[in-house]
Amino acid sequence: MSVLIVGLLLGGTYALIAMGLQLQYGVARVMNLAYGEVIVAGAFATFWFFAAAQASPFLSIIGVVPVAFAVNWAVYRVLILPLVRRAKSQGQLDVDSILATFGLSFIFIGILLTVFGGEMLTYSYLARPFVILGEPYALNRIAAFLGSAILCACLYGWLHWTRAGLSLRAVAVNPGAAALVSINVERASAMAFALGGAVSAAGGSLLSMFLTFDASVGVIFTLKALVIVILGGVSDIRGAIVASFVLGLTETFVATFIDPGLTLAAAYMLFIIILLVRPEGLFGRRSS
Amino acid sequence: MTGGETTMRKDAGALTRAARTFRATLALTARDKRHLAVAALLFAAASLLPFSGSGYWLSLGVSIAMFTVLATSWTLFSGPTNYISLATAAFFGVGMYIVAAGLDYLPYPALIVIAAIAGALFAMIVGLATLRISGVYFVIFTLGLAELVRQIVAWAQNVMGASSGLYVLITLPDQTLYWLLLMLAAVVFLVGWLIGRSRLGFALRIIGNDEVVAVHVGINTARAKVVLFVISSTFASITGALLAPRWSYVEPSIAFSPFLTFEVVIMALLGGVHRLWGPLLGVIPFTLLWEFISAKFPAQTTLLLGVSFLLIVYVIPRGVVGLLEDLIGQRRGGSGSAGAGGTPGGLKAMLQWRKRGHA
Repeated sequence: MSVLIVGLLLGGTYALIAMGLQLQYGVARVMNLAYGEVIVAGAFATFWFFAAAQASPFLSIIGVVPVAFAVNWAVYRVLILPLVRRAKSQGQLDVDSILATFGLSFIFIGILLTVFGGEMLTYSYLARPFVILGEPYALNRIAAFLGSAILCACLYGWLHWTRAGLSLRAVAVNPGAAALVSINVERASAMAFALGGAVSAAGGSLLSMFLTFDASVGVIFTLKALVIVILGGVSDIRGAIVASFVLGLTETFVATFIDPGLTLAAAYMLFIIILLVRPEGLFGRRSS
Repeated sequence: MTGGETTMRKDAGALTRAARTFRATLALTARDKRHLAVAALLFAAASLLPFSGSGYWLSLGVSIAMFTVLATSWTLFSGPTNYISLATAAFFGVGMYIVAAGLDYLPYPALIVIAAIAGALFAMIVGLATLRISGVYFVIFTLGLAELVRQIVAWAQNVMGASSGLYVLITLPDQTLYWLLLMLAAVVFLVGWLIGRSRLGFALRIIGNDEVVAVHVGINTARAKVVLFVISSTFASITGALLAPRWSYVEPSIAFSPFLTFEVVIMALLGGVHRLWGPLLGVIPFTLLWEFISAKFPAQTTLLLGVSFLLIVYVIPRGVVGLLEDLIGQRRGGSGSAGAGGTPGGLKAMLQWRKRGHA
């Protein structure tokens, strides 16, 4: 029972990260291998705020989000857009953006190493037990879950009930047709990419409340986010949320009953199952 | 009776056909012979390096030979197909770990063979799971593969109560290691050359060009991709096995370092992935540059590596080879479309290479 709740709490926090990647891959159509490094950067910044000013992680999110948005927007404009413009097909854009963001991930790691050093960073925030159904849980995990739930709800609402959100969804469905109804596809894509990065940095802030980070763990988060998005189906937010819970639960089960060092193996196990059974994802539509 | 005869005739037909393909693969024009002779001469010259008597140059030579094997074998698969493999470190580490773990029980040469087989099997499993589906799944899968194997190895050592690392208590003089790697490099080049001339290599180029077309002209794309991925990964495992004695202490974080993959990809791209000898032109300058960077800016190596990677991807997308070919093309007054030089004449139109960066 406690495993179930811990897994659900973790999954809820992953949901935010998955939504960010979905914006980048589903709307902007950029395969971003430097995604996890943005999460780590968010976590490091939060740690830094906490160590320097005892600032609550929730306060630091307010600072982290605009910075991450600006950085990711600049990355899209400067690095990705030339690739989008020169690509003749989605396949070629994938190859180019994979190479570019792979290089970018090492630049991010290099910057993080230079600024923060190579140690494991962790801090203690809300490390109090909180009793649910007679069993204690770490309050910071619950706080992270609630923070993620609120942000996810805001994002979902923005995407579904505003004009700007509608244009992003239109680009996700069909960039060519979106351009015909006078949506500025390049602007919408830049917006989606930057928003995705901002969301992932916020996710990093939340995760840092109960996970330990060092500069090199980004790739693990990139992979987890990708597995969630593939499992859920690339352009379906409901799928991503369900898949986040699936990954959170699987990971918690593996960590509890086998070994805490094998969380990536859990993600890979899910990945292989999807590839063999349902490559289009839980909610994805089978392509011809 | 007649049934048996037809099968026999069919078998004989298949045999002669196979023999004909084989002979066609090996039919050498004067030009091919000249190229082979030049390659043999270059290898002979390279094998003289240990006699220079300089330990520094020899150890640099070992690095260059190692990355030549890794980058060239990476290019065998990822060059023509455009499927970027980010798992070199995983296969390299498997080879290295098999040697480190098995030394107490088996002789070193046997372990190299086992490492090759294990690498091939591992690659086959990965390939069969991911390469049947086109798209980016393969890349994503390979992205975390080294980290996955590292976690599993660390876990297994933990369960068995072993310490986190292993001692490799045999010594292999740099000189021997250099020659072994050079021989392996020769094998890689030979295999790559043969594949380039075979139906398999042709199939791969079509897959890289347009996978849908490849399927429609009747190529078993999954099989071609898996075969090449297995070949390419086996070489990485063998290299790992050869390199194990160079580290006297092997740890998961050393054997499965993500930087290895990064360096291999960067070197191959710098050299150019559309020619067999392209990566070599990236390995030599980059190994020297890497020496310089790690000596001058030991704290910023990751950052500088990342920056140089991006510069290569954006500024010279076809690598040094592309630059050279453009230069030659200009001098000859051609349009600089030398990129298709590796394909048979009449098929150039069909195989219009997706020259990255040339709209």
